[in-house]
Amino acid sequence: MEKTLHIQPVTRIEGHASIVIHLDDDGNVKETRLHIMSLRGFEKFIEGRPAEEVPRIVNRICGICPWMHHLAACKAVDSCFGVSPTLAGHRLRELCQVMAHISDKILHFFFLAAPDFVIGPEGDYTVRNIVGIVKQAPELASKVVKMRQLGQTMLERFAGKAIHPVAGVVGGFAKPMVEEERKELLKGARTLLDFSLYALDYGRKNVFSRYEGLMKELGTIKTGFLGTVDSEGCLRLYDGLLRLMRPDGSFMEFAPETYTEHIAEHVAAWSYAKMPYAKVWGEGFCLDLNRPKGIYRTNTLARINVAEKMATSHAQAALEEFREKFGRPAQSTLLYHWARLIELVYACERTVEILEDKVITDRDVRSAATPRAGRGIGCVEAPRGTLIHDYMTDENGCILKANMIVGTTHNIAPMNLSVEQAARSLIKGGNIDEELLNKIEMAVRAYDP
Amino acid sequence: MAMKVAEESLSACSGCEIAILNMGDALVELLGQMEFVHMPILFDHKYFGQLGQNQKMEMPEADLGIITGAVANEEHLRVLQKMRTRCDVLMAIGTCATHGGIPALLNSWSTEEAMETIFSTSTTDLGSSLPYQGLPPLLDRVYAVDEKVRVDVLMPGCPPNPEHIAEVLACLLKGDRPLLPEKSVCDTCPTIRKGKGKVKMVRRFLENAQYDPEEPIEKMECLLEQGFMCMGPVTAAGCATNGVPRCISARVPCRGCFGPVRPGGNQMLDMMNALASNGIDWKTIVDRRSLLRFSGAHGLLKPLGQRS
Repeated sequence: MEKTLHIQPVTRIEGHASIVIHLDDDGNVKETRLHIMSLRGFEKFIEGRPAEEVPRIVNRICGICPWMHHLAACKAVDSCFGVSPTLAGHRLRELCQVMAHISDKILHFFFLAAPDFVIGPEGDYTVRNIVGIVKQAPELASKVVKMRQLGQTMLERFAGKAIHPVAGVVGGFAKPMVEEERKELLKGARTLLDFSLYALDYGRKNVFSRYEGLMKELGTIKTGFLGTVDSEGCLRLYDGLLRLMRPDGSFMEFAPETYTEHIAEHVAAWSYAKMPYAKVWGEGFCLDLNRPKGIYRTNTLARINVAEKMATSHAQAALEEFREKFGRPAQSTLLYHWARLIELVYACERTVEILEDKVITDRDVRSAATPRAGRGIGCVEAPRGTLIHDYMTDENGCILKANMIVGTTHNIAPMNLSVEQAARSLIKGGNIDEELLNKIEMAVRAYDP
Repeated sequence: MAMKVAEESLSACSGCEIAILNMGDALVELLGQMEFVHMPILFDHKYFGQLGQNQKMEMPEADLGIITGAVANEEHLRVLQKMRTRCDVLMAIGTCATHGGIPALLNSWSTEEAMETIFSTSTTDLGSSLPYQGLPPLLDRVYAVDEKVRVDVLMPGCPPNPEHIAEVLACLLKGDRPLLPEKSVCDTCPTIRKGKGKVKMVRRFLENAQYDPEEPIEKMECLLEQGFMCMGPVTAAGCATNGVPRCISARVPCRGCFGPVRPGGNQMLDMMNALASNGIDWKTIVDRRSLLRFSGAHGLLKPLGQRS
């Protein structure tokens, strides 16, 4: 008898999703779907709003990565109004962005993903969670709780709000950093850097080596990748060129402003989230596991794959080790976690680097802006991938039209492929148990949607 | 015995859940007295059985139910109604749940208009039909939680203040009824106010406020009196930490994210009144409807039909 399984809600992820698995008469997988259930309509309801207010509205797209939307919006509004932020304004924005990456990665790896590895994929569902970790590994738990809190507190003390920030403004930043704040933040950043090295080591010893088989196979698919690099090919989070890599490792680069020439979005009847694909490859879009077309991935593994190197020393050493082991591009889906910890190290090193440069305390943090008609495209690397905000304003500087491609969206199609790959390789002849279904979710969790 | 807690997020961004985590040590202390029986962002309980084979949605019984987010689609409504029947006390946290929040900005348009724009942006494939399969249809508009079910505790904030969440939870654990602040943001703001007169119009926030960054907020002149549009007078207090409202501590004016001061208040009308009574021309506000950007549920924001 045919049968349908509803894994709902997909848990320990940020958004709202469900997995539906259709089994045929023999209990084998006929079809799988990852449904993205939420639709809020930001592209519609920022219409008519004064553009300088938009960075304070679109941050509500994501309460886990509000800084990303806030700053992509600031950049887009800068361009609409034709204003260039001052150097200190730029740096303060980047500082907040990389600091926000730190808390985000700690949250994802230790609070959301780690229960699958520390408790184990087979662990009882009532203990396979952060509270289970608190009980089983109290020292680790207390450390990660403190470190996440430290990152959040640093941001909040300096910028007023960590969640749904307001300090980024058209033309730059709303307040300069004073020397006392710089010293305090630098102290915290160095503590976080130490922790990031510990976290990478913890991952290597207790997660990645323990689950080698799973890391290699679960949800693994072959796709292209998209990420941001600087002119030297170094991985960058705040600013740079977009690099789009094909599954074979060859790549092209383009300025974010030309994104519509390279990326288009497919609409599937069963997902509120659209599915971006590489239009520029000229092969269209196809979600067939055996012959996918136009599919590329974003987020940590993608950024690590497209980059030649890391701009900071510890992160570079970690990348070298990673690349030696897994090659380039690495395709195994669970390697997102490893790549996430390498980026955590980079984000901490970059935070220290920015804070060590005294430019950060320059008083000239904002250029004056005048509302006008224009178009602006703002792009940053959000934890979940390349984030693009594209606005058009009228002569009063209010939004006429908007388009946004959110980090997670790029990975909707790949997540569907990973779910299908995992389900097909795990479910045979109707055998289903909790561990197996959790493993299918693990293929989704790696993308941190 | 531990208090059983179930948590659900509707049309929301997960910021409230992060605010819950940001309680930090207070959360760790409270964890000893609470047992989370359902909370999708952190725990693995499923609606249709752990093997996904049930037909009917199941939710465990709980002493306390926490809802974040607004009610925007049929699935939200089902989950909310289920939570109401399974939880003794139901608490709505975050401004989306209490007043519609940012998602209720959509109420200025019809659902159809919104869908059409979203699925015809510049990068969307031409001729795409709207998604529907296995997806919950949108409701006619975005609702606050108390428009759909009885709610026992309403705690606004975008995000809510973690200290505040901790206090309310501690209160509920003791079996007391939590008290929520009835002041305005201005009542809790330490900036210098000199009184009426000087300002005749409000400005957009296109340049930074006047202040000495080496000096504390107490030495800065009120942002409204500096001529910037600031919604402190008509916004519920509660965001302040260390004695300063959060946006003000970033030297940025308030935009009303805790909703109106009085239950049932209208932040747009209240703000226009507040300006008028201080001799400020309220017509200088650009985009008045965005004064309702956090509180557009309860029928306050409506489609304007054929407006251009």
